[in-house]
Amino acid sequence: MPATADLFFYLFAFMTLFCGVMVVVNPFSRNPVTSAVFLVLTILSMSGLFILLHAFFLAAVQVIVYAGAVIVLFLFVIMLLDLKEEERRKIKVVSASIGSLAVLAIAGLFVKSIHETRTASLPLPFVEGTVSKLGAELFTRFLLPFEIVSILLLVAMIGVILLSKKDLK
Amino acid sequence: MILAAAELSSLPPVGLQHYLVVSALLFSLGLLGVLVRRNILVMYMSLELMLNAANLALVSFSRFNNNLDGQVMVFFIITVAAAEVAVGLALIVALYRKRQTAHVEDLATLKL
Repeated sequence: MPATADLFFYLFAFMTLFCGVMVVVNPFSRNPVTSAVFLVLTILSMSGLFILLHAFFLAAVQVIVYAGAVIVLFLFVIMLLDLKEEERRKIKVVSASIGSLAVLAIAGLFVKSIHETRTASLPLPFVEGTVSKLGAELFTRFLLPFEIVSILLLVAMIGVILLSKKDLK
Repeated sequence: MILAAAELSSLPPVGLQHYLVVSALLFSLGLLGVLVRRNILVMYMSLELMLNAANLALVSFSRFNNNLDGQVMVFFIITVAAAEVAVGLALIVALYRKRQTAHVEDLATLKL
């Protein structure tokens, strides 16, 4: 009898992959809004996977930053540009099929190499990504990268404000 | 439902490899999106999918190696991804203002 966590893993993995497919190749709609909403679902089910991996803080960050900020930004831009339904242009069949074939080959290579690799018997996982443990790491060993990342965010903000000025030189 | 449960019970317990396979498939999906979709915004979303696939791999490695460094790395990746999305979307908006299109085939100025 599989543990409940295993059942949840299969549920969340299926949800992640299914919604990922719907982001990329939705057979019903070419509207970017639909893709964005399915991306939210992908992110949410992935945070479920994070919880199964005991990365509680990252699961929360995933929901807050990705579902809460990044996708909202995407939706804002889609509405701002007032994108219509993408008209169906003629797809170049040759290049599309070559691309899909290459992706299939890469996916097969990934899965095969993961399957063939014999991992040594790992110790029972006990690490927990709680806020206190991750925070202790961030503010001791990773203090310098942490500060650099905050500067990066500031720079990105200034860059975005400059880029969105009316008369972009 | 019972049949599905019976089938599941014959599977090995979920380990590192299961998570890695999910991550690999998600990455391939993102790659496919970048290659076959022509809408620049959808391509950008596919890019996010690939980033998330890498995050999933890092978190599962961190869990099964009992080392928190992977999760710290994912924290930084999420931060950088947020900054990257903001800048990228601002660029797309600026581009749209100039060219009135979000379709990559119309943006071929650099093409020989």
